[in-house]
Amino acid sequence: MASIKRPAVVHPSLAKNELGLVIRDYEGAMSTLCAGCGHDSVTAAIVRAFHELSIPPHMIAKLSGIGCSSKTPTYFVSGAHGFNSAHGRMPAIATGANAANRALTYIGISGDGDSLSIGLGQLCHAIRRNLNMLYVIENNGVYGLTKGQFSASTDLGSKSKRGEPNQQRPIDPVLLGLSLGASFIARSFSGDKTQLVPILKAALRHKGFALVDVISPCVTFNDHVGSTKSYLHTRKHRLQVVEADFVPKEREISAEYAPGTTTSVTMHDGSVVRFTKVAENYDPTDRTAAQTYIQGSQEKGEIPTGLLYIDESTGDMHDTSATVDTPLATIPLEQLCPGSAALERFQSAYR
Amino acid sequence: MLQPAKVKRTNDFAFKLANVNGTGSASANGLLMQAIFRMGIPVSGKNLFPSNIQGLPTWYEVRVNGDGYTSRTPDFNLMVAMNAETYAADVREVVSGGYILYDSTWPLDKALHREDVTFLGVPLAKMCTDAFAESRERILMKNIVYVGVLVALLSIDMDVVVKILDEKFKGKAALRESNHKAIKLGYDYAIDNFQCPLPIHLSKLAELKDSILIDGNTATALGCVYAGASVAAWYPITPATSVMDAFKQLCTKMRRDPVSGKNNFCIVQAEDELAAIGMVIGASWNGARSFTSTAGPGVSLMGELIGLAYYAEIPVVLVDVQRTGPSTGMPTRTQQGDILACAYASHGDTKHILLFPANPAECFYFAVKSFDLAERFQTPVFMLTDLDIGMNDWVVPKLTWDDNYKPDRGPVLTYADLEKMGKFFRYSPENDDGVAARTLPGVHAKGAFFTRGSGHNKFGGYTEIPDEYQEVMDRLARKHKRAAKAVPPPIIRNQTGSKIGLISLGGCDGAVREAVDVLRAEGITVDYMRICAFPFDDSVDAFINAHEKNFVIEQNRDAQLKSLLVTETSVSKDRLDSILVYGGFPLSSRHVVTGVKKKLGT
Repeated sequence: MASIKRPAVVHPSLAKNELGLVIRDYEGAMSTLCAGCGHDSVTAAIVRAFHELSIPPHMIAKLSGIGCSSKTPTYFVSGAHGFNSAHGRMPAIATGANAANRALTYIGISGDGDSLSIGLGQLCHAIRRNLNMLYVIENNGVYGLTKGQFSASTDLGSKSKRGEPNQQRPIDPVLLGLSLGASFIARSFSGDKTQLVPILKAALRHKGFALVDVISPCVTFNDHVGSTKSYLHTRKHRLQVVEADFVPKEREISAEYAPGTTTSVTMHDGSVVRFTKVAENYDPTDRTAAQTYIQGSQEKGEIPTGLLYIDESTGDMHDTSATVDTPLATIPLEQLCPGSAALERFQSAYR
Repeated sequence: MLQPAKVKRTNDFAFKLANVNGTGSASANGLLMQAIFRMGIPVSGKNLFPSNIQGLPTWYEVRVNGDGYTSRTPDFNLMVAMNAETYAADVREVVSGGYILYDSTWPLDKALHREDVTFLGVPLAKMCTDAFAESRERILMKNIVYVGVLVALLSIDMDVVVKILDEKFKGKAALRESNHKAIKLGYDYAIDNFQCPLPIHLSKLAELKDSILIDGNTATALGCVYAGASVAAWYPITPATSVMDAFKQLCTKMRRDPVSGKNNFCIVQAEDELAAIGMVIGASWNGARSFTSTAGPGVSLMGELIGLAYYAEIPVVLVDVQRTGPSTGMPTRTQQGDILACAYASHGDTKHILLFPANPAECFYFAVKSFDLAERFQTPVFMLTDLDIGMNDWVVPKLTWDDNYKPDRGPVLTYADLEKMGKFFRYSPENDDGVAARTLPGVHAKGAFFTRGSGHNKFGGYTEIPDEYQEVMDRLARKHKRAAKAVPPPIIRNQTGSKIGLISLGGCDGAVREAVDVLRAEGITVDYMRICAFPFDDSVDAFINAHEKNFVIEQNRDAQLKSLLVTETSVSKDRLDSILVYGGFPLSSRHVVTGVKKKLGT
């Protein structure tokens, strides 16, 4: 992502990842979002996460629906395969894509309109299937592209730019994810890359559905006094419930635990998530307790953030479908066709 | 002993079984069908069932015809009246000189009596109560007892019936015994009480060695397996559900990896049809052959993303097993009401490829063809069957498979292709079909591109510039036109030089072919063209122009095929007229014959 044009020359001091690629290799086209849009910061965090994990760009599938958030896949990893689909339908496209090729890394970018209104059903069912993907909701509590209507995540009483208060209760993606059995749930803030980058990295390495809700203020329609999704409100009320560090598999052996590490969770590929600070009475591996804590915290007006829940014990859609390890799309069709002899045998039952 | 009426009809009659749904009649009726088929006699069975699980009336119609005319007939020579609630209507439906077999455990209402038919009473309930101990068995076995009665009355080959039962209940000795016992009970009763066989009866023909008895949904699923489909997504809906049931069963048998025991397929039951079509698009985008099966209501929901697949040029195979609309309509009745909805599915300018198989054998071949066309033209392909084809058993020629079949994947760039080339653009350059090569995600870094349903130019870049937008839209139209030469051509029968042409499609075929013969016997010669696909080939225009009057026979109210012909061919509207039958039952030749005669004023 870039909000301003930069020279094509790559500075030699830029760090190379294991593939020899620099961070610029993970950037995309110029952003066309409003200056100061939270989404651009999320894009920057995504670029960093992919670079640091050394994922080959062409092995990434980036998908989205419709909305401001859904425009952002254009702004990161130009070398990835992109799919800007229809409003609220990205989870289904991602499900089919993943069914056909399990070898790619999937990232879906959505917003609160795309995920919590028109696409709520698809989001819920992608969670239920534990689809192996990173699903980012760039949550600004407002419809930006259509100029300022309330969304399903607008808090009760939060005011529109015209001063009108929202009268419907919001749908909270974190609580929704917890209740539906999501295996990885985090909330972060576009303005806090230190927190967001490790969360995104862990989410990309998670085998299953990683739901990352990012409060990402809309500078044009929802950054005023009275809005609960403004920069100011979010900074003031957010509460880091846990601090998590992502340690990739290859570094794990030598690295020592940082002081204050309370819990660590080993992921499917051997990477480790270390929880360095965890609030009292909080356990990111206990679904029921997490739910109670978060609900209580939100009732007090706080915005609990961090890698809030993780379960590495569940299988993804391919496990429950008992699919072969080889991506289905790469199996030659000749191998999938049973042939004339099998047809003859089959038809003997239809005599 | 009763004296049957003297209308002798060997291998040419129809009978109907009136049952209550949920009582196990389906397997008894299937048994009858299979036995007649194995005797070498062309037969068809039409299951007229309610949208319900238990307790409502259900009928099964069987037509036997040594000459091979097996479309539905409304004339029944024999009624097996097993449902007291529908007695009155069922008794009325039998032709004069026909027979009514009923359960005489209870006396028949005198008001139902008819002088011109023969009533054959069999105390089925009493016989079963005496012979079987369990209550469920007593209900189920009544059906098998009437099969036994029919074996005697219609001279169905008992050895064939016994063999089918033995195959069916292999390893289930108790069930086998009960069924044998029930068959014999019925058979013996008929022999002892009636003059067997009736003048309407069967006579064994040369075995139909090269035929099978199969439903269209199973054949469709089989086609998808043979085409190499590996991802399927769907939402349960009558009458399409059995497509996916069969696909799953077939894959479990034919698609398990022998080494790992894992599945070379992934079937996703989606949360709705919006998601099902999205999954198919995602899977096809990634290079798997993928399909969904649905019915009209599903097609309506899928509309949005069908437009995405059309515009972003992603292959999609959609099987629409049509049922009676609009809205929920009559889910267990047949119709051809989705032709226009599918031809132009989705908002904006969209046009699709449609295939119209006429029977289960064509379901198999056309399903394979659908994948080839979808990938060659990178576009959605609809295969439109209907409830009659999909859910009823049909006698069709044995399916064959050419082991040299090479799937047509359309232009797809391989790793080697991409390695050699400079910059890749998704929608340029185009081939003779108007199609540009695509790449599959994950194959090569150079193949990465951004798929979008928003305005794009020929390079795949976002655009809002009129000329750039139109250039792509015009190519899509060209591509659709080109497909006319690639889809199955119309089947034109008997070019007699007649001034009258019949035009039809899909499941109407059997009835129309019979009607052509009936009309000829009555001195009216007509030509017949069956449309197998849309877009239309020039031969469609030629046939219509060669006939002063063309009657388009289809099963919907609004003459949808006719409208499509008017819009999408060069012919004059005046040459086309309609014969429409859309009540929900399969078409019979009588509809066509009377329809044509009425139009001709004869």
